[in-house]
Amino acid sequence: MSAPNEKIWIQRILISIALLYLVLFIFLPLTVIFYSALSKGFAAYFKSFDDPYAIAAIKLTLFTAFISVPLNVVFGVAASWAIAKFDFWGKNLLTTLIDLPLSVSPVISGLIFVLMFGAQGVFGPWLQEHDIKIIFAPPAIILATIFITFPMVARELIPVMKAQGNEEEEAATTLGASGFQTFWRVTLPNIKWGLLYGVILCNARAMGEFGAVSVVSGHIRGQTNTLPLHIEILYNEYNFVAAFAAATLLAMLALITLLLKTLVEYKYRAELKAANKTEVFA
Amino acid sequence: MFKFLKTKSTLAGFKLSFGYTVFYLALIVLIPLSMLFIKTSSIGWQEFWEVTTSPRTIAAYKLSFGTSLIAGLVNVVFGFNIAWVLVRYQFPGKKIIDAFVDFPFALPTAVTGIALTALYSQNGWVGQYLYQLGIKSAYSPLGITLALIFIGLPFVVRTIEPVLQELDGELEDAASSLGASRWQIFAKVLFPNVLPALVTGFTLAFARSIGEYGSVIFISGNMPGKTEIAPLLIMTKLEQYDYAGAASIAVVMLIISFFLLSFTNLLQWYYSRKIGLN
Repeated sequence: MSAPNEKIWIQRILISIALLYLVLFIFLPLTVIFYSALSKGFAAYFKSFDDPYAIAAIKLTLFTAFISVPLNVVFGVAASWAIAKFDFWGKNLLTTLIDLPLSVSPVISGLIFVLMFGAQGVFGPWLQEHDIKIIFAPPAIILATIFITFPMVARELIPVMKAQGNEEEEAATTLGASGFQTFWRVTLPNIKWGLLYGVILCNARAMGEFGAVSVVSGHIRGQTNTLPLHIEILYNEYNFVAAFAAATLLAMLALITLLLKTLVEYKYRAELKAANKTEVFA
Repeated sequence: MFKFLKTKSTLAGFKLSFGYTVFYLALIVLIPLSMLFIKTSSIGWQEFWEVTTSPRTIAAYKLSFGTSLIAGLVNVVFGFNIAWVLVRYQFPGKKIIDAFVDFPFALPTAVTGIALTALYSQNGWVGQYLYQLGIKSAYSPLGITLALIFIGLPFVVRTIEPVLQELDGELEDAASSLGASRWQIFAKVLFPNVLPALVTGFTLAFARSIGEYGSVIFISGNMPGKTEIAPLLIMTKLEQYDYAGAASIAVVMLIISFFLLSFTNLLQWYYSRKIGLN
């Protein structure tokens, strides 16, 4: 690219406006979280974690991510294998449907599970008869989280697998490798950064989801409260230090996610690029 | 049975991976989403119409669409500026700032909500000055707009950035050697090339904004008819066990999102075809 043509003072003004905007909308909110959490000192900050409800909320959040992320990884690998490696009728429709949860409001994402499993829901009476609790219990929280993060691994893997082409796998198959061996030894090493990238984004969303989980959780302290819901309750009780203290955990999760994402993105782009190059030469 | 579906490729695992994909998609996404339409169809047109056109619902839609529209437009202007600066200029800390553009994606919405409320309420770092000027920056439509600006920014910047990167200097050099001024080059060469990305970025941010819940409800104040957004109204109906009402409002929102999504896909298809012809 040629050197920018704008005069230096125009450049400076444009940079200043951009920075001011980012300070106002990104760096100030980030700072205020930590400032408010520590406004009564470190002792008060750490004391707010000495609360069985906070611990229970953290545990439930970790457990939810622990179940939903691997399930979406398995789905993401299966979906991208089918979509990237084979041609079939209706492929575009399938891809659009997989992306669907991203364009649904979080509240609607929770609502659909209430309509399905709630007391007045389609399966509600049957579930009540058999004494199975889904809504206002962890199963619904996990279901809603899976729905919300559904496409996040698949949509990172599909472009990488597509770009890799089929030649290497076909060679492996010709040489007598089984389907599983081919995937494990040939495909996986080629897509590992893309997969990791998807997992990082999926995990961040799974741990931070609020709207969908809020609809199905019932907000029972110590039982169905995830960390984001715990923050809401504390905030509404005007317990600001504790609310922001809990928020710092999620803010740190966001910062770590950004850091990992930036590191992995570099490798992931290289993976995509390397694959594109072989395709050009093939 | 799968034979007619598959062509090409001698690789294994199509039946398994395709079968599992469709099964899991149906189980997690399609069957649950179909509940909305089943529930809505159980109440009949008249009730559906009454719920979705009641003054309170209309006010919620207006608020959601109005604030999303303004937030999207603000982000188009400043997002363009940020993408431009990040792609074209050199300045210290650029890489870190580029990474932080994704911060709104990474930060859980509830945390966004309380952080923005703390900033823009009457005693907040920014709010205290705005309130002195008579600007009510929290518990008002303005507060909602601020939250939507926050969550929409990465959509706009990340859509424009790759397009700006692709525009190498050649076009500009050509225009410049033909005697065009810097402003003319921007208006007649650069801007038309970036416009489709601006529209796509705007639509993505807008679609996300109308459904947004977590980052908005803390700063919005949630007054029915005044600062009650559409997703919150769904929540309220649910709390009153009005499942059909909640589903009806949700169906209308889904249909609108669907049209927005189709519009961006169409735009991208049109644009990639245009580039292909060149």
